[in-house]
Amino acid sequence: GPDPLITELQDWATGLGAGVDEVPYGLPIRFEDDVVRRNVEWLTADTISSINFTPIHALDGTITPQGCAFERHHSGAIELAKSDYRLMINGLVDRPLVFSYEDLERFPREQHVYFCECAANTGMEWAGAQLNGAQFTHGMIHNMEYTGVPLRTLLAEAGLDAAGDFADKWVYVEGADASSNGRSIPMEKAMDDVLVAFKANGEALRKEHGYPVRLVVPGWEGNMWVKWLRRIEVMDGPVESREETSKYTDTLADGTSRKWTWVMDAKSVITSPSPQAPIAHGHGPLVITGMAWSGHGKITRVDVSKDGGITWETARLAAPGTDKALTRFYLDTTWTGEEMLLQSRAMDETGYVQPTKAQLREVRGLNSIYHNNCIQTWHVKANGEAENVEVS
Amino acid sequence: QAPAAEAPEDGSETAAADAPEGGLIAAAHADQEATGLRFGLGRAALPEEIAAWDVDVRPDGSGLPEGTGNAWDGEALFEDNCASCHGSFAEGVGNWPKLAGGDGTLADEDPLKTVGSYWPYTSTVWDYVHRSMPFGGAQTLSDDDVYAIVAYILYSNDIIDDEFEVSHETLPTIELPNADGFIIDDRAETEYSQWRAEPCMENCKDGVEITMRATVLDVTPDEAVEESAEMDSGTVVATAAPAEDAAPVETAEAAAPTEEAAAPVEEAAALDPELVKAGERVFNKCKACHQVGDGAKNRTGPHLNDVMGREIGGIDDFRYSRTMEGMDGVWTEETLAAFLENPRGYVKGTKMAFAGLRKAEEIAAVTEFLKSHAQ
Repeated sequence: GPDPLITELQDWATGLGAGVDEVPYGLPIRFEDDVVRRNVEWLTADTISSINFTPIHALDGTITPQGCAFERHHSGAIELAKSDYRLMINGLVDRPLVFSYEDLERFPREQHVYFCECAANTGMEWAGAQLNGAQFTHGMIHNMEYTGVPLRTLLAEAGLDAAGDFADKWVYVEGADASSNGRSIPMEKAMDDVLVAFKANGEALRKEHGYPVRLVVPGWEGNMWVKWLRRIEVMDGPVESREETSKYTDTLADGTSRKWTWVMDAKSVITSPSPQAPIAHGHGPLVITGMAWSGHGKITRVDVSKDGGITWETARLAAPGTDKALTRFYLDTTWTGEEMLLQSRAMDETGYVQPTKAQLREVRGLNSIYHNNCIQTWHVKANGEAENVEVS
Repeated sequence: QAPAAEAPEDGSETAAADAPEGGLIAAAHADQEATGLRFGLGRAALPEEIAAWDVDVRPDGSGLPEGTGNAWDGEALFEDNCASCHGSFAEGVGNWPKLAGGDGTLADEDPLKTVGSYWPYTSTVWDYVHRSMPFGGAQTLSDDDVYAIVAYILYSNDIIDDEFEVSHETLPTIELPNADGFIIDDRAETEYSQWRAEPCMENCKDGVEITMRATVLDVTPDEAVEESAEMDSGTVVATAAPAEDAAPVETAEAAAPTEEAAAPVEEAAALDPELVKAGERVFNKCKACHQVGDGAKNRTGPHLNDVMGREIGGIDDFRYSRTMEGMDGVWTEETLAAFLENPRGYVKGTKMAFAGLRKAEEIAAVTEFLKSHAQ
C-alpha cells in the first residue's frame, strides 16, 4: 500500500524546526548517537591512561571529524589555554627560544591532510581474531587536515649552526601534560615534513588532541605526534625515553626487539560491510567500502577479495591517493546472499603490498604488539551479518 | 617544498629588501633557510627556564642531577607512592604495569616485559619516574627520592643489592640484562624486499577455511545499539538530561545566603560552587584510584559517590584494609579531614597509598567536591 510517510502529513512538514540560535556549536543529530568513540575496558588499567577508537565503520569519505577521532593519553587530556601556552626550543641551537601561541601564528603556515595511526592499531589481533568490529580492530586512526608551521621553520629561527652536521642529530619532543610523553625524532625527519599544528579540519585542535598545539609527524606512529607540545630539544643522540624503549618496540619470536620502527606500513580495511555495519538491505546492489593508507606515501591501488584471498578485483579509489593520508575505496558490486570472506589489500607508491597475517607472523612471530598491518577478513553471512575471522 | 605563498603579510619585511619574483614572504622564507635570517619571533629562553623544563636524562647519565638513594630507603617511598598500582614488590596490581620479574621470558608465548626483563637503560627508569610518576602526582618527588625508588625497582629485579647507593655517578654504570636485546628497524631488508612485488589476482590459494572467530572469545564491548534504537523512536529530548544535571548547582548558588555562609554549616545543603570547582582540581590527585560521579565504580580505591555520611569501610564489595574494615563511624567533614591530612596516621595499615593533603584549603575543597556527588 501507499507509504503513510508520503501520504500523511508529517509533523516536520507542518510544524517548525529549531531556530538558528538554538545550537551555537552543533553535535550530530540524535539519530546518530551510536557513532561515537568507544573504549575497551579490559585493555588498560584506567581510562585516564588509555585509548579509545574511532567509529570508522560508520564514517565515509576520508576526513575524520574531531569529535569522534580516537584519543590516546598517558596522563589524561589536559586543559591548556592559549594564553598559558609556551613552546621552548633549546639544545644544539644558536639561540634557545620561547614562543607564545601568537608567535606561532605569525610564521608562514602550511596545510596538509595526514593520517595519524597508533602503533598498536590492530595489535590485539596478532594472536588471532579477537575484537568483533572495525572500530575496535582498526579504529586507532584518524585523518585530518592540519594547519601549522613546519618544524624546520622554527628550528631555523633558533639557528642550527650549533647543530653542525644533521646526520647524527635528533630532536627530542615533549608535551606539557604530566606524562610529557617524550620522543626522539631523527633530524632528517624533523627537517622534512613534521608540522607544529594548531588547527585541524579548519578549527582549533580539540582538548583531547593536544589543544592548543600538537606535533604532526606524517606517516609515523601516532605516539610521536606529541600533544600539548611544549619543548623541542636538538640533541646529538636519542634520549631512549620510556616510550621508545619499553613501549613502541616490537618483540620478535626469538626475544630480540626492533626499535625505531617509526613508519606505519601500507594498510587497509573494509569498513562496510563489517561486524558493526552488517548488510541491512536485501539482495542486489551492494557498496563495499573501506579505507587505505601508507606511511611511505600515496596509496596507488586497493584490491578486494570476496573469497578470502583466492581471487581479487581492483577497487575504485574515490580520489587519487595523497601523501600519507587516508584514501577511500569502493567496490560497487552485486550481492545475492552468498557468504563472503571479505578482504582488502593496499598498495602504495613504493610498490609495497599489504601482507597477510601469516606473512607478518612468519617474520615477526606473535609478540610484536605494534605495527600489525595485516589483511583483515570479515565473514559476511547469508543474513548480512559480518564477523571478524581469520582464514587459512 | 616552498610553503610561503599564503603567508601573512607582516612579520618578515626585514629580510625582503631585494626580493625576486615570488613575493616578499617567499623570499624571506628562502633567505631564512639559505642564510639563517630570521623572522625575529619568539624571545630568548632564560637559563632558569631551560633548567626547569630540560630534565631529560640519557643512557650515558647526562642530565642526571646530583643525588643518591638506596633500596632500603626506596622501599618505604615505593610503598607510599607506587605500590597501590605497582604492588609492594613491584609485581603490579591488576592491569597496572609490573615493574619486576619476567627474566628470560621475552621469547615465550606471553613475555613479561619489566624494567628487569626488558628495559635497556637505567636512565630511562630515572627519567620516567622523575618526569611522569607517581600517576596523578608527577614531578612531586625529590631527586633523592627518585634515586631511592629507582634503587628499589632495580633491587626488586635482583640487579642491585639493598645497600647499593644509586647516584648520578653510579646509575649509568648499572647494566640492565636486556641492553643488547634491541635491533634497529630492519623491515627494509626482512619485509619490504619480499613484499614489494606484483600481487596475485587469481587462484592465489587452493582453498580457504575459517580458522578462528572473534565471537568465540566474546571480548568485544557491547554496542549500545539498543540505546540508540530507543532514541530513534522515543520522544526523549536530548536537552532534558543536561538541564536536570545542572539544576542542583543552580539551586545551590541561588540558595546560598551571604550572611549564613559565614556561620558553620553542619548540614551543608548549599554548596559553594567555587569551592566545588577548586575541589574538582584537587580531586585530580585522587582520580588515578577513585571514581566519582555517574557510573562511578570501585577501582583501585572504592567509588566516592555519597561518601559523606557513608559508614567507614562501608562498601560491601570493596576489599578494604583490615583496619579500615574494623573501624566504626561514618565519614564526616571531621573524619575525612583527619584521614586526608594523614592517611597512614588515621588508618594504620590503610591500603590507600597516598601521602595526604598538606593544605587545609585543599581538604575543604575536595570535601565540598565530594559533597556535590551526593544523591
